[in-house]
Formats: sequence, structure tokens, C-alpha cells
Amino acid sequence: MKPSPFAYSAPQSLDEALAVLADVGGDGKVLAGGQSLLPILNMRLAAPAHVIDINSVAELSYVTVDADSVQVGALARHAEVEHDDPAYDALPLLRQALRLVAHPVIRNRGTTVGSLAHADPSGEMTAVLALTDGTVTAARAGSTREIAAADFFLGPLESCLEPGELAVAARFPRLPVRSGCTFVEVARRHGDYAVCGVAAVVTLDEGGLVVSARTAYISVAPTPLVLDLTEAVAGRAVRGVDWAAAGELAGTQVDPEADIHATADYRRHLARVLTGRALAEAAGRVAA
Amino acid sequence: MTTKLFGEPVQRVEDAKLVTGTAHFLDDLGHDALGVAFVRSPHAHARLLDIDASGALDVEGLVAVYTYEDLLAADEAEGSSVSHALPLLIPHPCLHAPRTGYALARDKVNHVGEPVVMVVARDRYLAEDAAERVVVTYDFLPPVVGVDNARRAERTVHEDVPDNVAAHMLQQVGDVDSAMAAAPHRLRLDLDIERSASMPMEGKGVLARWDAADGSMRVYSSTQTSTSVRAAVAAKLGLPAGKVECIAPMVGGGFGVKIMHPWPEEVLVPWAARRLDREVKWVEDRREHFVSSAHERGQLQEVEVGYDDAGRVLALDVRFWHDNGAYTPYGVIVPIITSTQLLGPYKPGAYRCEWWSLYTNTVIVTPYRGAGRPQGVYAMERTMDAIAAQLGLDRADVRAHNFITPDEMPYDHGLVFQDGRPLIYDSGDFPASLAKLKALAGWEDTLAMAAAARAEGRRVGVGIACYVEGTGVGPYEGAHVVVETSGKVKVATGLTTQGQGHFTSFAQIAADELGVPLEDVEVVTGDTRRFGYAVGTFASRAAVMSGNAIALASRRVREKALRIAGDALEADPGDLEIVDGSVRVKGSPASSIPLATVAVLSNPLRYAFDEASKAATQFATGDTDGPPIADDEEPGLEGTDYYSPTQATFANGMHVAVVETDPETAEIHVLRYCVVHDCGPLINPMIVEGQVHGGVAQGVGGALYERMEYDENGQLLNASFMDFLMPYASEVPHIEIDHLETRSPLNPLGIKGAGEAGVIPSAAVFAAAIEDAEGIVIRRMPISPSDLFELRRQHVAGDVPSLNRTPQGDGGPT
Amino acid sequence: MTAPEEIEQLHAVRLRVNGVWHDAQVPARRLLSDFLRHDLRLTGTHVGCEHGVCGACTVLVDGKPTRSCLMLAVGARDHEVITVEGLGTPEAMHPVQQAFRECHGLQCGFCTPGFLTTIAAFVEENPDPTEDEAREAISGNLCRCTGYQNIVKSVLRTAEITRDSRSSETSGDQEAAEEARNVSVDHDGRAT
Repeated sequence: MKPSPFAYSAPQSLDEALAVLADVGGDGKVLAGGQSLLPILNMRLAAPAHVIDINSVAELSYVTVDADSVQVGALARHAEVEHDDPAYDALPLLRQALRLVAHPVIRNRGTTVGSLAHADPSGEMTAVLALTDGTVTAARAGSTREIAAADFFLGPLESCLEPGELAVAARFPRLPVRSGCTFVEVARRHGDYAVCGVAAVVTLDEGGLVVSARTAYISVAPTPLVLDLTEAVAGRAVRGVDWAAAGELAGTQVDPEADIHATADYRRHLARVLTGRALAEAAGRVAA
Repeated sequence: MTTKLFGEPVQRVEDAKLVTGTAHFLDDLGHDALGVAFVRSPHAHARLLDIDASGALDVEGLVAVYTYEDLLAADEAEGSSVSHALPLLIPHPCLHAPRTGYALARDKVNHVGEPVVMVVARDRYLAEDAAERVVVTYDFLPPVVGVDNARRAERTVHEDVPDNVAAHMLQQVGDVDSAMAAAPHRLRLDLDIERSASMPMEGKGVLARWDAADGSMRVYSSTQTSTSVRAAVAAKLGLPAGKVECIAPMVGGGFGVKIMHPWPEEVLVPWAARRLDREVKWVEDRREHFVSSAHERGQLQEVEVGYDDAGRVLALDVRFWHDNGAYTPYGVIVPIITSTQLLGPYKPGAYRCEWWSLYTNTVIVTPYRGAGRPQGVYAMERTMDAIAAQLGLDRADVRAHNFITPDEMPYDHGLVFQDGRPLIYDSGDFPASLAKLKALAGWEDTLAMAAAARAEGRRVGVGIACYVEGTGVGPYEGAHVVVETSGKVKVATGLTTQGQGHFTSFAQIAADELGVPLEDVEVVTGDTRRFGYAVGTFASRAAVMSGNAIALASRRVREKALRIAGDALEADPGDLEIVDGSVRVKGSPASSIPLATVAVLSNPLRYAFDEASKAATQFATGDTDGPPIADDEEPGLEGTDYYSPTQATFANGMHVAVVETDPETAEIHVLRYCVVHDCGPLINPMIVEGQVHGGVAQGVGGALYERMEYDENGQLLNASFMDFLMPYASEVPHIEIDHLETRSPLNPLGIKGAGEAGVIPSAAVFAAAIEDAEGIVIRRMPISPSDLFELRRQHVAGDVPSLNRTPQGDGGPT
Repeated sequence: MTAPEEIEQLHAVRLRVNGVWHDAQVPARRLLSDFLRHDLRLTGTHVGCEHGVCGACTVLVDGKPTRSCLMLAVGARDHEVITVEGLGTPEAMHPVQQAFRECHGLQCGFCTPGFLTTIAAFVEENPDPTEDEAREAISGNLCRCTGYQNIVKSVLRTAEITRDSRSSETSGDQEAAEEARNVSVDHDGRAT
């Protein structure tokens, strides 16, 4: 399978990239890591007139950490984010999720911001952005805007980015103090898209009682689904919590679809089971 | 060299090139060839109304667009037959309604992926661009998908086959009805096994080069049978066979799918090469492979069995419905194999097997490693387990009670096998195989461990499955062995290689027979220029067939060498031996002559062409008695011989799997996998084990991950590696192997085939292990975590029976 | 979309492959895998799926294993690519090539180049892997022939050969380093 022909630009700066994007609008596709775009082009599932290769826009290649968040530039490869120790210290959930994204080879090239823009409801990083209430910075010639995760994902493979816009960065806020996090998923094979995946964050108060239990799901909804399950477990001492109750609650709030890999009921069941496991694991990771 | 090579784990001679990327697969050849793409049917069932290629004509780099009409016109003008239906390779009396397709669809398409239009362009990119612009108009017809729908025949695939039945066969031995009625116990099982496919890492490819001046065609194809492709191409193009050569280059896996031939592309690419007088190459992409190669394994089965208190099978009555896809070019070999190999190592009192092979609007079904045996073993082994559960007996014991014993060999089942010969097991020691397996797996301890784990709430289960595999089927294979004047030995055999290590194992045989170092032997396979009479590589036959032919041809060469050397050394050939490439007098090693010199002497010369050859010229030999070449002699130190068996030789094997399922997520983990197999003496144990490993991995894939997902419209939903799940290393367990070596009495080397061994019992053994872990009866394979989850729910609802576990004190299932 | 009768625009590409700089003119859509195989005639890199799953096309881009079927040739501009041919030759094999031969880590050889580049890079980062780590490292590449048993062994053997030759080199013993690279193993993995 070979791609259809396309015009190609390789802008050397962000301004140049935005100018080209402004020109081609909806006829263009941005190429960063290419790990999602190239299969689509190779299978001729898409035939854009123009491909804008941003891999030379060096200013977009960064992972930085500050007091509030981890910021990831559009060209930061999954592998770079995954192995960045300051980023891990600031938000362990990044590495926990990234280790489940495809295979290391794919992560060498694929970009985290790219996978967010791709908006695959099975993409682990979409759940991380949603759960941490992160944002995506979208730029166009002359302006930028910050888009909240809750507004960013519109549907399967559909983000709210408009023609002419480029996602230039993502911002993942740190978790509140006394929080633990994890990412748990069930996939058919090592590295496959998850049949169901759960990102979980548990926050405790000074006395070790649960004040927040939140989860985000992949592969059970058209976009990453965030659930606040605190009501099922609030106020309990972390040692005695029945996390399965949170799982049950989650089960009533997901409405997955069936596909060739799993029935809807199985996915819902996994959401229940993995919620309990993820929350327990997250709780166990709260720093003493 | 005094060490025998036969039986040694010699490193492969072909590896140096393969690991350095300097070996050549099909697409590594023909860099300047034109590229080809096909317009393939997007519908499972439709009438072809119109083809409008005008849009394609504008594509820069387009060279030609061909439809069926062009084939018709060409046949008329050139006396070829490319527009005729593709051949029916293996006719059989029971195949009463065979149907084959056309190289390009004539007026109807019967599966998604069927080729309709051929596009030739400067390269594959441009060919795909042009193909996209061809507009084909179809009249959609309702498709038949799945065995059940085919059986019900509310719709038909081929209008003139109203019940969708291509073939029907009944074989029986003994009086099944009486034996069943008289049996103390009876059981019935309804079984379901779904499609998978060979899926080699390299797809199909064809490269053709026409020499107009010579009127000859050279075809390279990633095939398992170059001689048969040559014959088919010659027939289709109206060329004498001698004007067509076919070469299989390095082939990136076959597993059966590449024995099917001629693919439409194998006809069309040579045809286009001749027509355009240009080199033409087609290399399929992965999606094409999914929708236009072949699948296998799908059957619905009904078993009724009558047995006694010890679990001995008194009557076995099997009916199954086999999905053969849209056409039957390979005949019905697969269901024939199912019906005969189903018997395994057992001797049921009476046996009846009736089957129907049905058309569906899906990809054709031709052999995939195992070729019908996995389905047969599935039926038999699920039955054995069901009997054991009913009686509360150990599953290995029940099988043992049914074994054919060594003193009963050769054992005649009274049936006809896939080679048209009687199904007679030549040798095998099933009790010994079982004993080895039980020792390897620690059968009693493992059962106890699993039972203890289950008592703690874990879901651990053990499965066992046995099979017998008829290998080394005929009609024949041949070999040519020549010792060149350099002392190097060239061996050629006509069948092909797809990774089985023939270049090494065959060289080991020749080196042993001739007494030369391994590195002096070079083996060529699959090249009609080097050896023109052959059948092909399939049915675990290559080592048995070509291995023996090479041994026999080598022995002819050896005999001639000893005779010529005897003359030269003035010794009796009986007193000579060949060691390290030198013929010498036993006990008197100084009296010797290199094989290279013997080769020179074997060809009496008038004209020397180098220093060594002077020894063979007329004044040098000084031999004036009789003619230089005797009446029954030929010049050269070479020999050709063939091995043609009277029947197949039967290998056997037994596997144990231990699995653990997650009580919540229903994920299935393989804890252990044990294999005992008996293919007689091993030429190269490392290569044989590698074959078993690969088969087991395909078995794991087929049992737990792979299935062809067709929807009701005949669309293949998972036509990519993203959704057709072949196992990575993370999904394949560590494999423990032990061997038994029961010689075959049927061939000079005493060997049996091993190529398919690893995969044959996998559906059965995993069904058994998961059933044991869950305590739920399993009848349908493959099984995924989602399938298991749903099965658990059905079980809780009472819709699926529990596995009968009667308390046992001796380690039986509890 | 480019109008069909137009010839596709070509883009200049300069990249280093197996230590040699190449200048070429390629259409934008030319995949790196096809560029290596057909434009540079380095056919050792194989194509199994063109959707990034099988790994047969894996090469090293700036030292990192990368699916060449998911990269455009123009995207490799100014980068350094190593293919299986660049790892070693029949006369001078890379430890991973030697290990595969010793351990019967290949059968048909079609998937092998993708494993070789992946493992060569892996062993650089992980000189002493456990069997589990070795298995995990190769769990992104498909093989249909070997069942992976001997590939896992090959990873461990690669690490062993590399460690042995490095320690010999460090101790100044060039001969031992050379020997370490030539040691054979029997099929149970024992050195002979």
C-alpha cells in the first residue's frame, strides 16, 4: 500500500509552519511522528493534498517542568517524555501511561502531542490529559489559544482543532499533594490498543482519608471519559476502602461499544474490574 | 572426516547471507521491472456490469490496463488459455461440483479481493494511483457467509450449485450403527472451529522476464512449488514446458499458502511480460494477502461416540461441514485429511465420517500448516476429554486405553488417505510417546498442582492432546548430485524451501553419504533450471522425499567414484572408503585420490582445459581396454535418483498445556507448554526443534488470538496486522520439548516429516486446558478473553454445561 | 491531489546510510523503506505490512530503532540510518548477527533484519539483560517461523558476545576479543 501523491513542505520554524497551514487549511495534514498518519496514508484511508512536516521546527522539541505542570512541545517524542526523570517526578502518570503506548520502537518516533491531536479514543495519553485537566495549546498565524481537555476531544479521531491550527504543546498539571496515580489496561497482545484502560488518581487528606478518587477511561467511549468516583469511597481510611464499590459505580457510568475484539458487556465489566484495581494501586502509591 | 553429520545440530549454511541482508527474496529482484496493482472486488458477491478505465489512462507512468476482455482477445490471437478458468489442481470423485475462478473476473465476483483489473505502470506507486481511477460497476448480490448459512442454502454462491455443496464424502469402517447401539455409554458433541491463515511475513510475489528472441519465459515466484508453477504457466501461455523456467528465490515463509497455484497473478504477470516485452513484477501488500490469498480451519462438527467403562471407543460417528470459500482450486484435500487424521493414535471399533464441503462468498480455503489435521484432532481430542469427564477417568489413561500398540503396527485403518493410498500407519510407539510426555510435563504433579490452585480460587487448568501425522506423501521427489572437478559437490532437488533449513539438512545428508566436508556441498532447491521433476514442499514431506532422493543419488555417485578410484588405485572398490573428500584404501590412507581428481577422470577428454584436467586426456590415462565410456555409463561424476513411496510415513506427537485464566478479566495466560514428538531419526535436531517452536507459536495464535472476522456482508473486518492478531514473543510461552525416534520402515533414511507437528493439536490442547481451568465445557475455538467472559456468563445462566469433575484419588481431574 | 498527468515533484534528500552520504531526488510520498530497498538497492530491510506492526522494516535512525515503512524518505533528510547491511558483513559480523546464526534465531530470514537492528540497539543500552527483559525487548517484532524461543536466546547470546569482546578489548587482549566473537555454541546454547 503506497500513499497517494501529495505536496510536501518542511517548514524550519513555527511561523513558517503556521503560514503554510494557513495557506492549505483543511487540505493539509500535519506530519510529526507519523506513527498514526503514515499507516492511514499507506492504506489510502486519507489522501491529503498537502503534508506539512514539522519535524524541523526545533523550537517545538521540549519537555519542561515547573511548579504547576509538565509542558510537552509538539515534537517531544513519546520516548523522550517517558524517560524524562523530572517529568516523572512531577507527574508519574505520564511514564505509567507511556509505557503502555504501542511498542518502544513506535515511541521512538511518535509524539505525545501528536497522539493527542489524533484523538484516538484508545490513546492512553488522551486519558492522561483528561484526568489531569490538562490543556492543549493550539496556534494559528497570529494567535494561540489554550484548549481544555474537556473541550479538546470531540469524537473518535476528531479533535476540535480547526483548519489552519497546529497543536504546539500540551500541558499536564501536577496532581494535588498526597495523590497517587496509575494507569492500568487490558490489551489483547503486548503493545496493542487497550480493550479497556483506566488512568486513576486517588488523593488523601492529612489523616489518610480519601478525599478524591477519579478515573479516566480509554476504549469505552468516543472520547476519553472522566469519572469522579469519590462518592463511593469518600472519607474512608485508605487501608479499609472497598475499591470494588468504586468499580461498580464506574460500571453504571460507562456505555461502551462492541467490536471484533470485545463485546460491550465485556468492556463494561473490564471498566468495573480495572477501576477497582487502578484505584487500589493509585492509593498504594500515595507518598507517606 | 569421521564424525557423521546426520543427527548433528549443525549451524545453517544459509544464515550468513540472511543475517547480513544479502540474500534475495522476490522483491529484491527485478529493480527495473514494471510495477503492478490490481483493482479487486470490494464486494463479496456481485455481477460485473462495466469497467471504465478511462480515468486511469491519464496517470503519468501508466503502461497498460487489462481486463478479462483483453485475455479473451489474446487467447484468440495467440492460442493461449489465460481467459479460461484457473485449473482444478486435485480432482476427486467426491468433488462433484468444483468451481474455480478466472485470472481476471469474467462476469461475476465471488469474494472481496477477487482480481478484476490488472494495472501495469512504471512502479507500484503509480500503478496504485491508476488502479484507484478505474471505475467498476457492480450489481450487488446477497452473499453467503459462514458454514451455517451455506448449509441452509437460502442463497447460493454459484447459481448452478443450489445447495452450496462442492463435495460430499462418506468413509466408514465397520458397522457404526450397531456398535453405537450396543455401546454402554454414548455422548454427542457439537464443535466449532474458526478460520485462520498461514500469514507468512513475506507475501506473494511474481517477477517475469520474457526473452522474445528465444521465445522463453523466466518466472520467479515466492512459491512452494516452482515445477508446478512452471507447468501451469506454460499451459496457460501456450508455451512448451521447456521454454518456461520457474525459480523460487529465498522465500519468506509459506506455511501452506504458497503451495496453492497458479495464483491469478502467476498467470497474468508472465502473460503481461510477454505482451509488453518488458520485465514485470507484482508484489502483494498485506491487505491483498488477507483478501486474495487463502485461509483455512473453519468447520462445524458433530460427533457421536459410543464407549465402554474404560473409555474405549466402540463407535465413532462424525459429520462435519467444511467452509471452502468461493472456489475449490485445490480440491478437497483439507477435509479429506480431517476425516482421516481425525483417528489419531487410536483404533475405534467402528468409524464413520461424513462431510460436506461448502461454498461461501469468502476467500478460498487451501492448506495451512496442519492442513485439516488440527480440525480432526480437535474433534477427536475433545471427544476423548468428554469421555474421560463422563467416566471420571484420567484423560491420559482414556487415551492410552484407545492406543494402537507397537505390536499392532503396521496398522491398517481401512480408509483411503489424502495421497490416494491406504491409511496404514507404518510405525510409532504411542505408549512410549505418552510416557515421555507425562515425564516431561510431570503429569501427576501438574494435575495435583492445578487442582490445589483451583482450591485456592485460582483458575489453573491442564490439557493434553495427541495426534498422528501422515508425512512424506508422494508421488516422488528427485535429486541430482554432481562432484565437480574442483571437488565441490552440487546438489539439486526440485522442491522448494521457505526457512526449513534444506540448504543445510540436505547438505548434511549428501556430505555423509559421500564422505565430504559439509562446506564443500552446495544445495539448490526450487529451480527448474537445476532440477525439473518435482512435486513441491507441503505435507511435511521435504526431508522424507528429497532427503531420501539425495541420499540415493549420492549413493550412485559414491558407487561410481569408488569404481573409478578403484581403477586408478588398482584396488577393489569394496576396500575403499571416502573420508574428507578423499577416496582411500581402508587401513592404508596414503593410498588415496581426491574426489576432485576422480571427477576429472570420470570424463575422458581429448582437450585439457586446465592443469587438473590433463589427467583425463587420452595419452595421460593410458587406458586402452574397451571404450572410454562403457555402454551403461555416462561421463561425469554425477547421479540422479528419485524416491517414490508406496504410502505416507506416520509421525506422531503429544502436547500438554497448562493455563491460568484471570477470574475477573478472563485473560488467558499459558504457564507451560510441553511437546513430545516422534518423527524418527533427526537430520538436524536444532532445525527440527525450530520447526516445532514455530508450529506451537502458530498454534497459540490460532487458539487464542487469530480468527478471520467476516461480517454478514462478506467483508473481512480485520484485514490488517492491527486487527488480525498474530502472537508476539510476549504471547508465546517457553516451549519444552522431548523427542522419541521411531524409525520409518518405509524409506532408506528411516525418517518421517516434522514440519507441521507443532501446530496440529493446539486448538484441542488449549480448549482442554481452559475447560479444565474454568470447569466450563468448551466447544468453540478460538477463544479470546471476551469470548471467555461471555462463556462464563452463559454458564452462570445455565446455558452452557459444567465440566464434570468427579472426585478422583489418583490425580484425575477434580 | 496532484493531477494525474503531472509528474510528481521531486525533493532533494541528503542522508547518511551505513556511513555513506547519499544525495537523491525523491517524490515526497516515497517511503523510507522503499527508498532504501529500491533507490539505494539495500534490500536487506524487508517490508511485511506497511502499517508499522510487523517490524520487519525496522532500521536505526540516529541510533534508534524506527519503522522505515512509517517514515518518508524526505523525513530522513540529514539523519543517519543504519540498516542490517550496516551492522556487519558475512566476513565481519556484528555480535547480533553471529548470535542469530549460533542460536538458530532465524528460519526464513524475512523478519530477521528488523530483529537484528532492534536487538543491536537494545544491547547497547542493556548489556546484561535477563531472559524476561530480552523477551520484552523483542516483543514488538513479529516472526511467523521461529516461535521466538531461539530469538530470545540470540538476544542473550548477543549480550554475552558483546560483553566478552568488550572485556577482552579493555584488557588489551585483541585476540581474545576476536575469539569471543567467533566462539560457537551448540544448540543448547553451551559454548564449545
